[in-house]
Amino acid sequence: MDITFLLNGETVELTDIDPTATLLDWLREDRGLTGTKEGCNEGDCGACTVMVTDAGGAKALNSCILFLPQLHGKAIRTVEGASGPDGEVHPVQQAMVDLHGSQCGFCTPGFVMSIVAGHTNGATDHDTQLAGNLCRCTGYAPIIRAAEAAEKQPVPVWVKDKPVATPTTSPMLPGSSDALAAVYAKNPNATLVAGATDVGLWVTKQLRDLDPVIFLNRCDDLKEITITDEEIRFGAMVDMNRMGDALADIHPSYAEMIRRYASVQVRHAATVGGNIANGSPIGDNPPALIALGATLHLRKGDERRSVLLEDFFIDYGKQDRAPGEFVEAVSFPRQADRLKCYKLSKRFDQDISAVCGCFNVTISDGQVADARIAFGGMAGIPKRATHVEAALIGQPWVRETIDAALPAFANDYSPLTDMRASATYRLETAKAMLERYFLEDQGQVTNVLEVSA
Amino acid sequence: MSVTKPLPHDAAPLHVSGSARYVDDIPTPKGTLHLAFGLSPIAKGTITAMDLSAVKAAPGVVRVMTVQDLPFANDVSPSIHDEPLLSDGTVHYIGQPVFLVVATSHLAARKAVRLGKIDYAEETPILTVEEALAADSRFEDGPRIYAKGDADAAIESAAHVIDGTFEIGGQEHFYLEGQAALAVPNEGGDMLVHSSTQHPTEIQHKVADALGVPMHAIRVETRRMGGGFGGKESQGNALAVACAVAARATGKACKMRYDRDDDMIITGKRHAFRISYRAGFDEQGHIQGVSFLQYAICGWAQDLSLPVADRAMLHSDNAYLLPNARIESHRLKTNTQSATAYRGFGGPQGMVAIERVMDHAAHELRLDPVELRRRNYYEPAHKVAEVQPHEKPLGHPDPHEDLTSRGAVETGTAPVRPLPAGGNTTPYGMEVSDFELHGMTEALMKSSDYAARKAAIAKWNAENSVIKKGIAFSPVKFGISFTLTHLNQAGALVHVYQDGSVHLNHGGTEMGQGLFQKVAQVAASRFGIPLEMVKITATDTAKVPNTSATAASSGSDLNGMAVKAACDTIRDRMADYLAERHQADPSAVTFTDGHVSVGEERYTFAEAAALAYQGRISLSATGFYKTPKIEWDRIAGRGRPFYYFAYGASVTEVAVDTLTGENRILRTDILHDAGASLNPALDVGQVEGGYVQGAGWLTTEELVWDGKGNLRTHAPSTYKIPACSDRPDIFNVALWDGENREDTIYRSKAVGEPPFMLGISAWLALSNAVAACGDTYPALNAPATAEEVWRGVQRMKGGI
Repeated sequence: MDITFLLNGETVELTDIDPTATLLDWLREDRGLTGTKEGCNEGDCGACTVMVTDAGGAKALNSCILFLPQLHGKAIRTVEGASGPDGEVHPVQQAMVDLHGSQCGFCTPGFVMSIVAGHTNGATDHDTQLAGNLCRCTGYAPIIRAAEAAEKQPVPVWVKDKPVATPTTSPMLPGSSDALAAVYAKNPNATLVAGATDVGLWVTKQLRDLDPVIFLNRCDDLKEITITDEEIRFGAMVDMNRMGDALADIHPSYAEMIRRYASVQVRHAATVGGNIANGSPIGDNPPALIALGATLHLRKGDERRSVLLEDFFIDYGKQDRAPGEFVEAVSFPRQADRLKCYKLSKRFDQDISAVCGCFNVTISDGQVADARIAFGGMAGIPKRATHVEAALIGQPWVRETIDAALPAFANDYSPLTDMRASATYRLETAKAMLERYFLEDQGQVTNVLEVSA
Repeated sequence: MSVTKPLPHDAAPLHVSGSARYVDDIPTPKGTLHLAFGLSPIAKGTITAMDLSAVKAAPGVVRVMTVQDLPFANDVSPSIHDEPLLSDGTVHYIGQPVFLVVATSHLAARKAVRLGKIDYAEETPILTVEEALAADSRFEDGPRIYAKGDADAAIESAAHVIDGTFEIGGQEHFYLEGQAALAVPNEGGDMLVHSSTQHPTEIQHKVADALGVPMHAIRVETRRMGGGFGGKESQGNALAVACAVAARATGKACKMRYDRDDDMIITGKRHAFRISYRAGFDEQGHIQGVSFLQYAICGWAQDLSLPVADRAMLHSDNAYLLPNARIESHRLKTNTQSATAYRGFGGPQGMVAIERVMDHAAHELRLDPVELRRRNYYEPAHKVAEVQPHEKPLGHPDPHEDLTSRGAVETGTAPVRPLPAGGNTTPYGMEVSDFELHGMTEALMKSSDYAARKAAIAKWNAENSVIKKGIAFSPVKFGISFTLTHLNQAGALVHVYQDGSVHLNHGGTEMGQGLFQKVAQVAASRFGIPLEMVKITATDTAKVPNTSATAASSGSDLNGMAVKAACDTIRDRMADYLAERHQADPSAVTFTDGHVSVGEERYTFAEAAALAYQGRISLSATGFYKTPKIEWDRIAGRGRPFYYFAYGASVTEVAVDTLTGENRILRTDILHDAGASLNPALDVGQVEGGYVQGAGWLTTEELVWDGKGNLRTHAPSTYKIPACSDRPDIFNVALWDGENREDTIYRSKAVGEPPFMLGISAWLALSNAVAACGDTYPALNAPATAEEVWRGVQRMKGGI
C-alpha cells in the first residue's frame, strides 16, 4: 500500500507501508520527530496528540492508535510544526510558557497540539477539548489559563493546512461503500478498521498481527448524516464528534453523554458503526440507540438487510453479522425527546462506563404510555430492561410506580463485579437512575455537573 | 536579584516546542538494541521448567538472558538485597521480571517475551492484611512503636472516646514518561548510562555492582524526567542494570523503556495502609490521647518501606499537640508489587489518619471541625524558645549497604520507652518551634469565606434531597529532611568561564519541579548577573559524586545551598584578586546588576572574569552543604529528624449525587507556606499540582487487584487520575507571606511534597456531604470513589 500526506507542510510519499504501523512509531522512529510522546500507547493520555486536517477540518487525534493508511490524503501537524517555518512561536506555545503550563514537559506537546487544534477551530470549551490529555504535574489550572489567554490571538497562517487530493492506491483502502462491499466480499476474514480506537489496541497492546486489513476511512458515502421528519440516519463512518453535534438540539442528553464519551481525540476517530459492530457490552451508543428504537443496516456484497439494534447483540462476543457483512448505517425514528442518558464511571471524562443507563419513557395523561430502557455494563451485551419497562407501562407516573418497578431490575440484570464497579453497585445505581429520571422529570436538581459553589 | 522572581520553568520553551529531550528521545548509536522483560504470571511459587526456545527464535531477537547469564550481582534493591533483577527461581508477585529479551526493536522485544513457556509450582499468595498477619509475613522483627505519655490511660479517662478502622488505598505514580534507560558501552569496559531517575548515584552503584566494576567506571547522566513523584527513586534500577548488563554482553548500546501496562504491573506504588484509631477528647474537644495501629502493605521486597512507614508514624500528629500518643506500625510483606516512594513518603497516610480522628471527633462532639482543630494546634512559633541541637556521631557504615539510598538502615541504640507527656513536642520528642498554622488558618477562614459558605451549604442541603454539598478544612504540617540523617548533604560544581558565562551542575535531578531554574536563580543572585548567563546541564555522576536522591522535597534546600557555597568560593576569589589589584578591602567588592565594582572601578562581570583568569585565579569550585541541627534514632522514635516544618491549609467544597455517589470539587482555597519563595510561580505550580494529585489519590484513583494478585487497573483506561475537568471549578491558591525561621537558602521552604496533603480536605468534604444524609459518622474509606461515597450514603440511610 502506498500513501501520500502532508507532514508539517511538506509532502510525504510512502510506499509499501506496513498497514498497521502507527503514526507515532513512524514519527519517532522513522522520521526522528521525537517531540510527539508515547505516554500510554492506547489513546488514553493524549501525549501523542497531533493535529490532522482533512475535508472535515482540523482535528486533534491520538497518533499512537492511528495507522498510517488512515492518513492518506490528509495533512498532519506535529508539535514541531506548531512553530512557524522560521521558528516563530505559536501563540498557544507562548501562552504555555508565560503562564507556567508545563512542569515536567512530557505531556506538553500533546496539550499544545490539542489546544492548537481547538484554537484553530475557535473552540473555547477547554475542559472538553482537553479531556483526553492527562497531566500529572500541574493540576491543569495553568494550562487552562494558557488556553484562555491564547483564545483571542489570530490563528497563524502556517497551521492552516489543506488536505491533499490523492487517488485510491489500494483496494484495501476503498473509496466508497461499493468498493468496500466488493473487497470485503473477496476477503471476508479481513479486519475492518474504521477509527482504530479499538483495533489500534489489538496491535499496540495485544501485539496481534492483523492481515488482511481493510480501511474504511475513505468511504465518504458512509459518513453521511440524514435527518428527515421521519428518521435520523447515521452512516457507519460518522465520527462521534459529528454525531454529538448532530444530536445537540434533538436529543441533548444523548449529546451530553457523547461529550463525556472518551475524549475529543478518540471521538474524532471513533465511529458509530465501529462502536456497534465490535459488540462491546460497555459501548455507550447501543443503549442510547436501543432506547430510541434504532435499526441497524447491514450490507454484504450487494445484499442489504436491516435488524433492530437490540436483536443484533446475541451474546457476549457474538453479534448477528455474517462473514463479509458490514454495518452501513444506523437509524431511529424522529420522536419527541424523552431520552435521558446516564453515564456512570469513576471519572466523569474519558472513562469507560461502569453503567450506562438510557431511558426513554413517554407519559400521556399522567400514565406511562411507553418505555424503552436499555443499559450497558449490566450484562454481556447492551440489553433492554424489559421487566422494568413492563412494570412501568400503563401505570401512573408517580413515585409509587417507580418504587414498584425497582425490584424488576433484578429480573433483567445480573451484573458482574470488576475493577470498575461491584455487582451490587451496578444493580443499585441502575435502579437509582430510574429514580433520577423520575425526579429530574419533577424538576429536582439531580445533576452534580450542573451544581456550582 | 533573580531569587524571588516568578520566572517560567527554564525548559518551558523546549517543552512547548517538542525539543526537550527525554531518555527515549536521545539519538542512539547505530545498532542499538532494545530490551523487554518476560514477567511472572503468578504471584507466588517456584519455577520448575523454563523453555525459551520460541523466544530465542522470534524475529529480531539477539539474545535471551536469565539469572544464569548475570555475571555479578543479581540485585536491584535499594535496601537489603532482596530484589533480584531476574528471578532466582522463585517468584513473588505477578509482574516480576523472570527473563530478559534483547532484540533489534522495542516491538520485537515486546512480542518475543510473550512466547516464553515457563512452568511454575504455584503457592498460595499473601495478598491481604489478614493473610500477612496470619502468616506473620513482615519486614523487621515486629512492629515499631513510638510513644509519648500514656495514651491508653488518657483515652480511658476521657469524656468522649471515638474509634474506627479504615482503609487507605495505594496510588500509581502515573508519571507521563514511563521508566526508561539507555546504556552505551565506552572504552575499557566503562559504561555511560542515561536514566530517567531521581537518583543517579543509586543507578551508578547498582550498575557497578552488576558489572563487577568500581563506581568510577560508570557514569550516569539524567537531563530530565517526564515526572517522578518518587516513582523514579528506586524503580529505575532494574532498567538501567538490565541495559548495562545487556550492553556489556552484546557490545551494543541497549535501551529499555516499559510499555505503560508493563510499567504499572512491574513497578511499585504508594503504600496502601489500614489504620485503626482510638482517641479520647474532653468536652471542649481537646484531645487527651490517641492510639494508632498502622498496617502498611509493603509488597514483596523491602525497597524503601521502612522509612516510608516511619514517616507515616512521624506524621500521625500532623498539626496537633498530642499530650499522649501511641503509634504502632506493622510493615507487612505481601505478594504484590513492592510499594515504594511516592510524594509524601508515608506522611500522607499518617496524616489522613489524624485528620480522620479530628473529623470524627468534631462530628461526635457536634463542634465545628475547624474550631476543634484549632483548639488542638501546637503552640504558635513566637511562644516557643529555640531548642539547642546536639550532634550525634554516626556509626561505622557497612560498605555493602546502599549508603545513598533511603533504604539504608541506621540502627539506633536508645531503649524504647515513652517520652514524657507535655511540652510543645511531637510524639517523637521534637520541639515544634516554627508553627505557622494559627495565623494561616485565620487568614484562610477569611479569604475562603468559610463561615458564610458553611451556612449556605447547610441551607442547600436542607432544600435538596439528591445533591448534597460538603465543605472541609485541613491543615498540613510536613517535616523537611531525609529521616536517614546522612542523606542530608549535597554537592555542586560551578565554573565561571572567561566570558563571564556560568555553567553549573549539582546533585539534584529535574523532574518538572523547576529545581534547575531555582538553583540557577540562586547562582545568578550570588554573582549579581542576569539569569541568561547561567546554564545548568544534565545531572552527571562524573560532575558531582555521592548524591542523594532528589526526594523528600529536599532538592532546592540542599542543592541551592551547595551551589551558593560554590558560587561564594569563586566570588570570594574574584573579590580578593580585584581588591588586591585596586588596593581595596575584599569586603568592599560588590557583585550586582551584571557588574563587579571595586571602589570607583566598575567592570562587567565578563571583564572581571577575564581579569581573574589572566590573574591565574581558579574560576571553578565545588560547593558542599549538610543540613544542621538534625539527629534521629528511628528505633527509639526520638530526636529531631526534621530541620523544620512546611505548612499549608486548604478548604474544599464538594457536591455529591446521593443516588450514585458521583461527586466533584466545586471550590478550593489554599494558603501554603513556601517560606520566602525562591520562585513564586514555580511554587504555586507545585501547590496546584500537588493538591490535585492528592485529591486524586483520595477520590478517583483506585488500584484493584483480583484474588490471584493480578493488578486489574494497569492502564489509564482503568486507573483514573484526575482529568482536566476534575480540578476545582474555583481554585484560589496563595502563598503565605513568611520566611523560614531556619537558615535555609534565602529563607525559602521545601515545596515538593507538602501541598500533596492539602488534598485531604477534598476527602473530608466528601465525608461532610455524606454526613448530610443522616446522623451517624460516614466513615469513608479512601479512595472515596463514587462507589465508596454511595456506600457511605447507604450506611447513613441504613440501607447496607
